Amino acid sequence: MAQMTMIQAITDAMRTELKNDENVLVFGEDVGNNGGVFRATEGLQKEFGEDRVFDTPLGESGIGGLAVGLSLTGFRSVMEIQFFGFLFEVMDSVSGQLARMSFRSAGAFHAPVTIRAPFGGGVATPEMHADSLEGLVAAQPGLTVVIPSTPYDAKGLLISAIRHENPVIFLEHMKLYRSFRQDVPEEEYTIPLGKADVKREGKDLSIITYGAMVHESLKAAEELEKEGYSLEVIDLRTIQPMDIETIIASVEKTNRAIVVQEAQKQAGIAANIVAEITERAILSLEAPVLRVTAPDTIYPYAQGENSWLPNAKDIIETAKKVLTF
Amino acid sequence: MAAKKDKQFDPVETLHAIEEKFEMFQILNEEGEIVNQDAVPNLSDDELVELMTRMVYTRILDQRSISLNRQGRLGFYAPTAGQEASQLASHFALEKEDFILPGYRDVPQMLFHGLPLSMAFLWSRGHFHGNRIPEGVNVFPPQIIIGAQYVQAAGVAMGFQKRGTKAVAMTYTGDGGTSQGDFYEGINFAGAYRSPAIFIIQNNQYAISTPRMLQTAAKTLAQKGIAAGIPSILVDGMDPLAVYAVTRDARERAINGEGPTLIETHCYRYGPHTMAGDDPTRYRTSETDSEWEKRDPLIRFRKYLGTKGIWNEEKENEVIERAKEEIKEAIKVADAAPKQKASDFIKIMNRGELPYNLKEQLDIYTEKESK
Repeated sequence: MAQMTMIQAITDAMRTELKNDENVLVFGEDVGNNGGVFRATEGLQKEFGEDRVFDTPLGESGIGGLAVGLSLTGFRSVMEIQFFGFLFEVMDSVSGQLARMSFRSAGAFHAPVTIRAPFGGGVATPEMHADSLEGLVAAQPGLTVVIPSTPYDAKGLLISAIRHENPVIFLEHMKLYRSFRQDVPEEEYTIPLGKADVKREGKDLSIITYGAMVHESLKAAEELEKEGYSLEVIDLRTIQPMDIETIIASVEKTNRAIVVQEAQKQAGIAANIVAEITERAILSLEAPVLRVTAPDTIYPYAQGENSWLPNAKDIIETAKKVLTF
Repeated sequence: MAAKKDKQFDPVETLHAIEEKFEMFQILNEEGEIVNQDAVPNLSDDELVELMTRMVYTRILDQRSISLNRQGRLGFYAPTAGQEASQLASHFALEKEDFILPGYRDVPQMLFHGLPLSMAFLWSRGHFHGNRIPEGVNVFPPQIIIGAQYVQAAGVAMGFQKRGTKAVAMTYTGDGGTSQGDFYEGINFAGAYRSPAIFIIQNNQYAISTPRMLQTAAKTLAQKGIAAGIPSILVDGMDPLAVYAVTRDARERAINGEGPTLIETHCYRYGPHTMAGDDPTRYRTSETDSEWEKRDPLIRFRKYLGTKGIWNEEKENEVIERAKEEIKEAIKVADAAPKQKASDFIKIMNRGELPYNLKEQLDIYTEKESK
């Protein structure tokens, strides 16, 4: 075991897979000699060489094209989009091409590609850096979307993502990169994609969440415990496909649920979760499933983040509404 | 206002100097005469006959495809007549290990690279069996998103480079496609990595109804290679020998580690953009059409091979008959393909285990389909 930040755990996962499989390639803008703008790929080029870990020209669409082409020649790409707000430049390669590789070749070709990208608010980034756009990719058939919230999860999930035979979007919340350390095994291990994790057990209400909101939800659960409420916090970890079994089992136990996301109400994936619960467990519900989200505006100017981003206080407020419905 | 003589810079002069560099490269003129003896590629008589055979075959395939489309026996079809030299002579310069990333008009190159004709027909109709490229045939299904094949070609070429494979990635787009961002990113990425890629622009003068001059003020499309810092050439796309020569030359340089090349083939499509209702009489004159018909690649190559005594009407008729027969057979094979079911689509979504949502839906649709 070693105490690692999430960013160190991510680097460790890439190092593990670069070692394990010579087909693994890591590339993107400034990921080579520089080690990435967040140091996620620190030391990898030195260890594995420029042939395995390399910089690209500044063109997100071109980076996506490289991943498609490298898949056709048997490589396993780990491509980085410097900030997920730049997704729009590479949306065709991601949703129009990589997601469809198996389908459009009827299984003749496939795309074992991991797309890593930082996102998320709370660190006063400039425009188009922090936007939560996971809802866009979660809506594209053919993609798996993973969002870890802890160093331990990040390593196990990233190794699984790299080994997956189909494209995986791996979104890394910037606020969680170095906000805390956790014991992470130094050896390799995997966490299955599509499996949620119950981060806190409870019996009065289920909070279904992911990303930075996991930690806000845990804070809220702690506060509400002081008032006598027992809250269960489910960290989805993979948002597409969702772990329906874990969600439904929890709701059937607590009979109340809220869904918490950092994205705007009209975005993200909270609405999907509400719909799934409604379809599968309406008879267990004592109250409607409410959502905690950001308002439906463009992502805020940096100085306005604190008044815009959902936080533990918002979660407590919404949880109480459902608890006292 | 008179230009100052003492000016230290002249961007207009720079532009003109560049434009002058891109003269049309030609070997065979419209009469089938060699106009550039030194550049004549080293092709045996058998190879010349084979190239002519492919071009004639493809012209017949185009005629039959248009007719089959009108009968409702084919679906999406983008006519190829006029582009035989551009498509088939460029392909003739490839080897089997080379990888082709075609656009939607580039089905003939796929066929001669090993794709069964019945599969091309299924692709046209919209059947997944048409896209399940056989193992060992190095082609990707035709790309509908204009430009995407260019960035992907840079990736395939990089893959060959990393594997140490002596092969190239070759891709095609049209004149309109050169306005896309992916066009530029593709040639620029391949240039930056000096990857073995050949980028072909088939300038057939129109992007649907939009004339080539509306795409860009650039005098040639070939000169766009300068922006990527890669060699580029403008070639008479109605001249099979010239197209073959420049492509073969690009391939040689690519596999020798000298990087990619951009080739503009100056050509013409005689038919509409696609069979989906495009009417070229709205934007083209019959004068232009007949002017280009005189430049027909088949006419000049037929004359050239005729003077060499290796091609005659009898040979051509044999090819035509064989083409018609094979087309008939391929349509039959396509007709026999099973109807597609929703469960088929679910099963080809990804490699390996299905995610939960698709597992659930597979059960639902399998149940529905069993009734």
